[in-house]
Amino acid sequence: MTQQPIIEVKDISINLGGAWVHKNLNLSVNRGEILAIVGGSGSGKTTLLREMLMLQKPDSGSIRIFDHELTTASRLTLLEVQKRWGVLFQQNALFSSLTVQENTAFPLREHTELDTKTINDLAILKILLSGLSADAAVKYPAELSGGMQKRAGVARAIVLDPELLFLDEPTSGLDPESAGAFDELILNLQKTMGLTIVMVTHDLDSLWHVTNRVAFLGEGKVLCVDAMAALVKNPHPLIQAFFSGARGRTTQRIYD
Amino acid sequence: MNTQTLVSLDPESSRLICRGEWNLANLIKIKNDIKKISWPKQGALIVDGQDITKMDSAGAWLLNYSLKKISSNKLTTQLQHFSEQAAELLALVAARADDALEAPVLRHQNTLERVGRGAVQQLGELRDFLEFTGQLAFEFARGIFHPKSWRWSELAAVIYQTGLQALPIIALLSFMIGVVISYQMGNQLRNYGANVFIVNLLGLSILREFGPLITAIMVAGRTGSAFTAQLGTMKLNQEVDALNTMGVTPGQLLLLPRLLGLFIALPLLTMWADIFGVLGGIVMANSMLGITASDFLHRFQVEIPMRALLIGLGKAPVFALLIGSIGCFQGMKVEGGADSVGKQTTRSVVLAIFFIIVADAIFSIIFSRLQL
Repeated sequence: MTQQPIIEVKDISINLGGAWVHKNLNLSVNRGEILAIVGGSGSGKTTLLREMLMLQKPDSGSIRIFDHELTTASRLTLLEVQKRWGVLFQQNALFSSLTVQENTAFPLREHTELDTKTINDLAILKILLSGLSADAAVKYPAELSGGMQKRAGVARAIVLDPELLFLDEPTSGLDPESAGAFDELILNLQKTMGLTIVMVTHDLDSLWHVTNRVAFLGEGKVLCVDAMAALVKNPHPLIQAFFSGARGRTTQRIYD
Repeated sequence: MNTQTLVSLDPESSRLICRGEWNLANLIKIKNDIKKISWPKQGALIVDGQDITKMDSAGAWLLNYSLKKISSNKLTTQLQHFSEQAAELLALVAARADDALEAPVLRHQNTLERVGRGAVQQLGELRDFLEFTGQLAFEFARGIFHPKSWRWSELAAVIYQTGLQALPIIALLSFMIGVVISYQMGNQLRNYGANVFIVNLLGLSILREFGPLITAIMVAGRTGSAFTAQLGTMKLNQEVDALNTMGVTPGQLLLLPRLLGLFIALPLLTMWADIFGVLGGIVMANSMLGITASDFLHRFQVEIPMRALLIGLGKAPVFALLIGSIGCFQGMKVEGGADSVGKQTTRSVVLAIFFIIVADAIFSIIFSRLQL
């Protein structure tokens, strides 16, 4: 694994509704790793993700992705970056008026000049890769279960063969079996497609099982970035409070 | 992009040499290169992936797809020198491609089937609507015996939003209608020197027809659509389900206040529209036909019967019930996603205006039979 950062967040600060959500926050993500962002409620995980996706502009600081400065990027530069990343939103954000196949094919239609058959075939391939059956392709998102919607969301996120994948709470709302299968899916995709994955998650099992490194957010900063086993030993009171609850200890015992 | 071909066939050694970036960005180019290759009819083809610098799943798919198309009993293919990651991708894609890569095709419906299904659907909707109004009537009746269950603040909010906030736009609109009508009629009347009859024509048409109708149509567009969109979004957000589990029926909290609020607000708005419509007429009669405001009002008092006003106002509650019930019903029918909200809101407005006009026509027939 080369240690060249794919994302570099430097000194960003943002004030939302009078409170400093981030104050000089720094974080870098290396190519090929799976990095999770954790933290208590209101610690700014989602805000950080939104800033990296340029859905929200930080008040100051710089965000570099694929060596492009995003905070001052032109529309065209941003588009170049956007074609190289995929995003799975917490509520999946599938377009409700399109079928799963149309949803998946959407980025291909927008950003490539492939013929319709190739687009459809590639979309179906991604749908199959994400673990759905071809039958699901013609269904509308509303006709799918939560877990299937998640998979459809993944299919859309990886359809452009991105280098970077953002996942916002990918296993929330899934039953343990689906969540476990989803973890496997993430690992599998990461390995075969050489993805770099940034995920916001609360799922302790995912944190132990899937991630290479975990960034803990608190007090407007990244308090610690480390492998899970090392992170739980960090003496910072917020980190201890987060992982030393009954659930945290139980999960730790399993993976120790 | 380099101009070198990304894939070529070396016929001597029967090797297919792939090179460069086999990714989505180059997919079209690779496809064109593949098309140019004249494939051998038989033998063993070796696919060499040594020079591939980058391969993503789209590239892997294309390679797998092309090889599958050419391979037959006589021609076998063998992959060689692929990087570990590329080989894994190819294996992954090949495993999926054995499944049918075709999405199941939806059956096409013929016209007869569509008409039939459409009719059944419409009938079903009619039944749903009857059930809906029945349920509301039941809730209303229950409310009479349980006065405490009335939501006065919700009712006030609905009256405020649908009534008070609509005053400026309704005033402006009916004023303009008054101006337009008296201008058109005034032109004709002036030819016969019957200027003064503008009062009769304008008064009757505004009070009996235009006031109630314009107001109702305006409110259907403004309020009926808002009802549908609000309720639909609440339903998608499971707020309606949440209410149900808390023992509060959506009828009590959401539907009846809206319906009753509109029932109260619309007649008041109609009265307001009547005033401004006549005002518009007065302005136009003054400037165009030379009838002063005091002459106009004096004649208005004499010529226009109270009946005209009451008939107009009497239609308003009926229109209100139509707009409110259709708006709420369509809102509660929302399911699935954002798409459905849009569809039902459109239906709500179209159906409300349609039924307003139908009801107005029925009123006209009834009143003429009764010689009112």
